[in-house]
Amino acid sequence: MKMKTILLGAAAAVALSACAARAERGADGHLNIIYWQAASILNPFLSGGTKDTEAASMVIEPLARYDEKGNMVPYLVDEIPTVANGGISEDLTTITWKLSPGILWSDGTPFTSADVVFTAEYCMHPEGGCQQETKFSGVTNVEALDDLTVKITFDSPKPFPYGPFVGVESPIIQAAQFANCIGADAPNCTAENFGPFGTGPFRVTEFKANDVVSYEANPNYRDPAKPAFATVTFKGGGDAASAARAVLETGEFDYAWNLQIDPTILTQMAAGGKGEVVSSFGTSVERLMVNLSNPSADLGDKRSTLEGGPHPFLTDPIVRTALSTAIDRNLLAEVGYGAAGKPTCNVLPAPAIYASTANDACLVQDIAAANAMLDGAGWARGSDGIRAKDGVRLSILYQTSTNAVRQDTQALVKQWWGEIGVETELKNIDAAVFFGGDQSSPDTYQKLFADIEMYTNNFAGTDPEAYMNSWTCGDIPTPANNWLGSNMPRYCNPEYDALAAQMGQTSALDDRAALAKAMNDLLMQEGAMIPLIHRGDVSAHSNTLQGVLMNSRDSELWNIADWSR
Amino acid sequence: MLNYTLRRLMFSIPVLLFISFIIFLILDLAPSDPTGNLPLTIPPEVREKIRESLGLGQPMPVRYYKWCVQFFVNEPLNIWDQYWGTCSFGCEDRLRVVSYVTRSPVVDLIVQRMPQTLWVVGMSYVVGILIAIPIGVISAYKQYSWFDQTGTFVSMVGFSVPPFFSGVLVIIIFSVQLGWFPSIYDTTLKVVSWDTFMLQVRQMVMPVMVLALQTTAQISRFMRASMLDNLNQDYVRTARAKGMKESVVLLVHVLRNSLIPVITVIALGIPAVFGGAIITEQVFKVNGIGQLLIIGIQGGDAPLVQTLTFIFAVMIVMANLVADIMYGILDPRIRYD
Amino acid sequence: MTDTATTTKTEAPRSQWADVWDQFRTHRGAMIGAAFFVFICLLVTFGPMLWTLEPNYIDIRAKNQGPSMAHPFGTDQLGRDTFAQVLAGGRVSLLVGVTAMLLALFLGTLVGVVAGYFKRLDSPLMRLTDLFLALPILPLLLVIIMLFRDTLRAAFGPETGIFILVVSVIGITSWMHTARIVRGDVLSLKEQEFVLAARSIGTPSRRMILRHILPNVMSPIMVSATLGIATAIITESAISFLGLGFPSDFPTWGRLLSDSTNFMTLNPERVIWPGLAISLTVLSVNYIGDGLRDALDPRIRGR
Repeated sequence: MKMKTILLGAAAAVALSACAARAERGADGHLNIIYWQAASILNPFLSGGTKDTEAASMVIEPLARYDEKGNMVPYLVDEIPTVANGGISEDLTTITWKLSPGILWSDGTPFTSADVVFTAEYCMHPEGGCQQETKFSGVTNVEALDDLTVKITFDSPKPFPYGPFVGVESPIIQAAQFANCIGADAPNCTAENFGPFGTGPFRVTEFKANDVVSYEANPNYRDPAKPAFATVTFKGGGDAASAARAVLETGEFDYAWNLQIDPTILTQMAAGGKGEVVSSFGTSVERLMVNLSNPSADLGDKRSTLEGGPHPFLTDPIVRTALSTAIDRNLLAEVGYGAAGKPTCNVLPAPAIYASTANDACLVQDIAAANAMLDGAGWARGSDGIRAKDGVRLSILYQTSTNAVRQDTQALVKQWWGEIGVETELKNIDAAVFFGGDQSSPDTYQKLFADIEMYTNNFAGTDPEAYMNSWTCGDIPTPANNWLGSNMPRYCNPEYDALAAQMGQTSALDDRAALAKAMNDLLMQEGAMIPLIHRGDVSAHSNTLQGVLMNSRDSELWNIADWSR
Repeated sequence: MLNYTLRRLMFSIPVLLFISFIIFLILDLAPSDPTGNLPLTIPPEVREKIRESLGLGQPMPVRYYKWCVQFFVNEPLNIWDQYWGTCSFGCEDRLRVVSYVTRSPVVDLIVQRMPQTLWVVGMSYVVGILIAIPIGVISAYKQYSWFDQTGTFVSMVGFSVPPFFSGVLVIIIFSVQLGWFPSIYDTTLKVVSWDTFMLQVRQMVMPVMVLALQTTAQISRFMRASMLDNLNQDYVRTARAKGMKESVVLLVHVLRNSLIPVITVIALGIPAVFGGAIITEQVFKVNGIGQLLIIGIQGGDAPLVQTLTFIFAVMIVMANLVADIMYGILDPRIRYD
Repeated sequence: MTDTATTTKTEAPRSQWADVWDQFRTHRGAMIGAAFFVFICLLVTFGPMLWTLEPNYIDIRAKNQGPSMAHPFGTDQLGRDTFAQVLAGGRVSLLVGVTAMLLALFLGTLVGVVAGYFKRLDSPLMRLTDLFLALPILPLLLVIIMLFRDTLRAAFGPETGIFILVVSVIGITSWMHTARIVRGDVLSLKEQEFVLAARSIGTPSRRMILRHILPNVMSPIMVSATLGIATAIITESAISFLGLGFPSDFPTWGRLLSDSTNFMTLNPERVIWPGLAISLTVLSVNYIGDGLRDALDPRIRGR
């Protein structure tokens, strides 16, 4: 025991002097990060939650990341494979990555192509319950051509083959460490899942699940001068407001994540001068999903399905347009989101090449026009001020998850709709239930037993193909498929499906962009959704912290190796 | 009394088993889902696979049976093995109760959380009781004096103001404005010296204060009411008539006879000490048992919630048993046989 | 109770309730508490008729304002009038608080007295209490929402349906403390001389309980009532937060308090009013309870 202590001490001394000799790794001391949702596991394949993937992103890395502008940046490779440099085959079915030589794991062993192949096997194992499986969709084979070359083969031409091993959700884990954790054994490897070896700038020293992670600089990190911080605390718990307070008001912490609180409060906190609020935009859009099927409880099993028949009034395009026109998106953005929200009329507002401008008319609220539209279509106001036609009253049940900003948005929208003679009943559901997808609950967002529901969706990375496929006929949630589907509006249009199929076979970026825009415009003009806000991510860091580059397309901590004081 | 205790202990085994089944049933019926908190970018098919890998595809009785085996057999065996460093009955493939979210043994998580919960919530409970009993006694003895009126006012306001509000209020006053105490509890702090001890004290002050206010308010009210009931009893007049000292009358006779409802309330609160304080722990980021429970509930983590709730059930049954025994000690006329 | 008291007052043989009322009237704290409670009730019932601003009307240009003539309590982050919201919220909160408290008190006292008095029922009832104490409240609430919300909403309409749901949920999950406390007191009372004496002359159980046991366990019940009303008002907001309770545009004191917590530094007036409303209500109920307890105690009443 004593001998061991002495040896450890000696090793530490050597390590310390080595550090001192090699520029300034660890020179800036300690960094405090607060994520108000605590990390529960450091293996992103077993938990896809943002808090978990980002906590792990300081330790384990993918081959390439997206930078804050959405460009791919090589991390564990020297260059991004393309068709031009021969990394992607002409028929678009294979991609070959060449790993950078000399990279070490934090335990000192070399990083090789075997680790990459193992990671694919680990996630694609049918019993593992890997949460990032979609990253590997269409992959038929991952093989190591030599120690530093990995070739991925797809079952069909992949116009965008950067799913596997790119971005925060698809990092590489060490084959030697996880060898016994594959498939059904994955959950039993607590030690491995709580302390993976990585190639990143930090390594885990202590992990308390759902509470706090302690890291120290990885002595084997590839850049000898980085990271600038010797140790990091990644604390979890509380709520967004208290996290903001800890950075902006008390200065106890250096970085706080996801501060979705009332912008007035955030501005007031930031006025204290201890820190700065930063934001960036990804692809998230807060939208209203319009139920085109009939949600009446009288229909029993056919409730909110296409078999149950069309919605009594939301299938009328005039009504949907009027509902959209009555909303002041600028005000919603200002009240609920501040710097972290922009009004939008598109469900696909980013990246820029995919953003359509054809629907921007909705950016201007026009209650009078909306009223005129409804008057013209024969929706006359009754004695209670609510419009009706042929015995159908414009009465809407509007549901969303419980969240202060969403309830404010609901209140505002209800008032505007009241002004055009539409009655609204509000309903908010606990997020764990709403997004939980439990078969027996009537309150899930998939069942949509309401007329309109509101939530945010997005897609990771920069390629919208899978996201746009969400609104094809085959993706409608029904009792037959256990409500597993992402086409909440129950929108079914052969024209749209044809465009989606065409996109799957198109590889030229400009053509893909044109198709995506056409699909977006179709969805908007047919009124399957009413987009409200293009949402950004908002975080805060203390004034002493430098090098933070807010990133919505990858981990917010993607460049933590470059942070300094 | 011993007979009674033994009989109650024997009887609590089937009761607890029944309670564990009811808890399991409720958690099974509850519509929260372990995939509910995942980003929407994870498609429904993958979610279905995740659920299957968690064993959610099996019928409910099978899952209950598995939990029983894991909790009542495997976990005690594991404790035994860890204590003695042995490996009995195939410790290699022994399945422990594993959380859906952290994929780690639930019992280890609970053990990890125990220190901060006992420090903060336990301390606040002790502080609360120590303040409440004298306040209750004096308030009753000097009924409608300024002391009583102030006590009534403070405890009623204290009880009406929930911790989600008072917690934020003290943070704004003492952390933001004055900068005296940290607003975030550091669970990695190890007390090894005077300095670290002071750090620990400083980070405990605010949560203990908020929680103790609630405890004090509640217990002092019951203490006062019960004292008032007894102060007018004939035996008090008799004792005074016999020329006993007022302090003896008050503290020996009246206090002892007034403790029955107070003991009940204290016993009812003890399981809550181990259960942590959900809101206060969240506000101060103490991350004890209460925060573990609420995260488990929000994340649809059935094994974690089941295990925690069952441990509370055991505590509740035991605390109430202790209270019943205490009745017999305080008032020998109460007999259960 | 006041009605029966005033009508029976003129009768020649004074009833017990008249004595109680007389005693209650002499208790200054209780009278102030009762007057204040009645005042709050009247205010929230008739206030909205005098202060005609719609509590849910959004005037976004007037957001986060301090007190003014137009908005005496200021406005919230959407420009809704806080005074109108406190008035509207009071209706719901008081109704929920009092009804749920009475329900819990009734259940708790019933279980407690029966368990304490009848030895044979003690064990089953107390194990039932243990079971209820052990139930995980939040998942239970989620189950209850799932099973009953739509049915009740269909049967009684959204507001009454949800009111029934909220009150019964709070009542059913908070009677256990009262039951344990009352039972403990009854166990001790049962062995006292006057009870033994009453029993020896053959008083039937029902009469024993109503006449001798209940009046002597009033004080812990009154404390439970006071604490219960505070808990019920706060619990209601927690339940609404889960999506079980009233819709989000339905103000209640608990919800106003929790919504305004984050605005504490920006707009302190906003937090004070709902907090004060809850505290003062609880305080007045406390004094009423004190007075009732004294009034029901025959030993004090004589003096």
